[in-house]
Amino acid sequence: MIDLQLMALLLTPLMGGLLLAAFGSRSWAAELNSLMSFGTFIAAVVLTMRVIDSGPQVAFNEQFFIDQFNVFLVALTAFVAFTTSLFSRPYMRIEQHHGKLTTQMLHLYYSMYQLFTLAMLVALTSNNMGIIWVAMEAATLTTVLLVSLYRTPASIEAAWKYFILCGVGIALALFGTILLYFAAERVLGEGGTALLWTHLNQVKGSLEPTVLKLAFVFLLVGYGTKIGLVPLHSWLPDAHAEGPTPVSAVLSGLLLNVALCAVMRCKVLVDGALGTHLAGNLMMGFGLLSVVVAALFLSRQKDIKRMFAYSSIEHMGLVTFAFGMGGPVATFAAMLHMTVHSLTKSAIFFAVGHAVQKSGTQQMENIRGMMQVSPTVGWGLMLGTLAILGMPPFGVFASEFLIITTAMHDYPWATPILLIALGIAFAAIFGKVQPIVFGETTARRLPHQPALIPVFAHLLLVLILGLYMPPYLADWYRQAAALLGG
Amino acid sequence: MTMTHTIQLINLLAAMLLLIAFAMLSQRRILSLINLFAWQGLVLSLSTFVVAYSTDQRHLYYSAGLTLLLKVLVLPWLLHRLIRKLNVRWDVETLINIPTTMLVGIGLVIFAFNLAAPISQLSESITRGLIGIALASVLLSLLMMLTRRKAVPQVVGFLAMENGLFFAATSATHGMPLVVELGIALDVLVATFIFGIFFFQIRETFDSLDIRHMERLKDD
Repeated sequence: MIDLQLMALLLTPLMGGLLLAAFGSRSWAAELNSLMSFGTFIAAVVLTMRVIDSGPQVAFNEQFFIDQFNVFLVALTAFVAFTTSLFSRPYMRIEQHHGKLTTQMLHLYYSMYQLFTLAMLVALTSNNMGIIWVAMEAATLTTVLLVSLYRTPASIEAAWKYFILCGVGIALALFGTILLYFAAERVLGEGGTALLWTHLNQVKGSLEPTVLKLAFVFLLVGYGTKIGLVPLHSWLPDAHAEGPTPVSAVLSGLLLNVALCAVMRCKVLVDGALGTHLAGNLMMGFGLLSVVVAALFLSRQKDIKRMFAYSSIEHMGLVTFAFGMGGPVATFAAMLHMTVHSLTKSAIFFAVGHAVQKSGTQQMENIRGMMQVSPTVGWGLMLGTLAILGMPPFGVFASEFLIITTAMHDYPWATPILLIALGIAFAAIFGKVQPIVFGETTARRLPHQPALIPVFAHLLLVLILGLYMPPYLADWYRQAAALLGG
Repeated sequence: MTMTHTIQLINLLAAMLLLIAFAMLSQRRILSLINLFAWQGLVLSLSTFVVAYSTDQRHLYYSAGLTLLLKVLVLPWLLHRLIRKLNVRWDVETLINIPTTMLVGIGLVIFAFNLAAPISQLSESITRGLIGIALASVLLSLLMMLTRRKAVPQVVGFLAMENGLFFAATSATHGMPLVVELGIALDVLVATFIFGIFFFQIRETFDSLDIRHMERLKDD
């Protein structure tokens, strides 16, 4: 039964990719894209209900493994992928109307969009550490041509940087995976089972600590490049700023989470083998550095998408820090923060996308008075910004509050650093978004009605998560936190 | 073939792998660089085959064959085709400071050997001494990617790094499970195709395959 549900989840985007590879240049390709994403979302919901009801399970000869932790990311990924496909329908049509994109480029975009969803879902659900690596690399390969979709010099440069840097990063992660296999082989014997996470998890106490220590460093640096941890982040602002906005939204809201999920799987094994807090300390260090550096860079940004890309680095740093602290509360907070960050950041990118289309530039000094041109875009941007900056009553406030109070309790020295960084980020982002939303304008009307329902749907969910956490959801997160050894 | 002969043969091949990695680091001509890459693939395939023969691991024969097909035939052929189409076949790169690069390379080798020493002692595989060499050739390829200013040599560096990783997988363990190896091979092949598309996009936009033109995106 679980096999069937998982097959539906993975085959829908695969079918979507193939169908759109064939029909991607038709006029109804955008609708087909949304339809396939909706199908994936339904499959994810069915799978999630199943896993919440009957606990962790393996499928397909143990090649796939689903527990409360990754199923929450599966649900989130499928949901945001669906709403982004809704947003991209009018957005890409407007881009085409403005002459920035041709039908062939859209064809590539639609089929790659589906395959990218597939790669992320495989990376999330696979039980085989080797296949996780393959799927992570596939996720880079499917998005790299999307980053250079506009074929401008800047976008090609950004895509090249993305490709080379993530290629190097992921190669280091492969070396880490080889070391992990080497350690596992001594315990589990040769063959297919020695890379299966569920088997590794059972014997993690007897894995060789020296090898796992080294393996984790390589895995963290490798997948950390994908998460966008400082100092491996330099591809991220470029790729987010130069790619089409729907791609920025899914890169920022989803891909970073998927890479972090892979790191967490490794951390559980390493913690078991070492019995020390080394992995957590490394993650805390990288996380804290990312928060601080990103906050300092925020105020220097002139390009609106670049600024929000730095904000993603800051928030992923915060999540990495929280996972690094460990313990049930911090892990719970980290997962909540992943959820609300994904929802809020993609909503912001949707609003930013339309604001950029209306004013015809990404330079913030030339985007003015969105409230006058289109109150919905203006409010979307303003509320999204307030939410991401951690203003109550939005969900980001709740998760940041939990992270900071836990830090205060366990690692008091880190609290002032975090608070100052968050303060700097607040001043930088709010100061720049405020004149964009209010003030005089020169912006134009758009040829297609923008899709702003996804923006407000996301923000509403974030608001609900901030005001009231449904008991079953809290319970689900708690179970997932326990699985991560919290 | 006795065990000592096998070990000596594998050690010889490992030394050749490292030597080729150094040769690539100092090679200025794009065409020779691709040929060196093909030679490295051949050495890799041979060493995998020797390990397969001496340990009687069936799936290692497959991966030796896969390496021969992909890294000696398909990828070099694709790269040759690309540089012919791009008309950069006879391009010579001006490399600054080859001696310094070489010294840094030697430093990396020492670092890699030190890092791998505790792991080598744990290995029961007949090729246990070679993890250090594998890591060294990964790091040398990484260094090559950093020092190059043109797109094609950077990509050759990327692929050579994959060779080093593959060597690590066969020397530390007896190769990854076949399904993973197939997945990795597919990724590498697709990556090479995408790199090919990129070469044309870069050339069309910048009129050159020189990465120096691509340093506009910076903060402030």
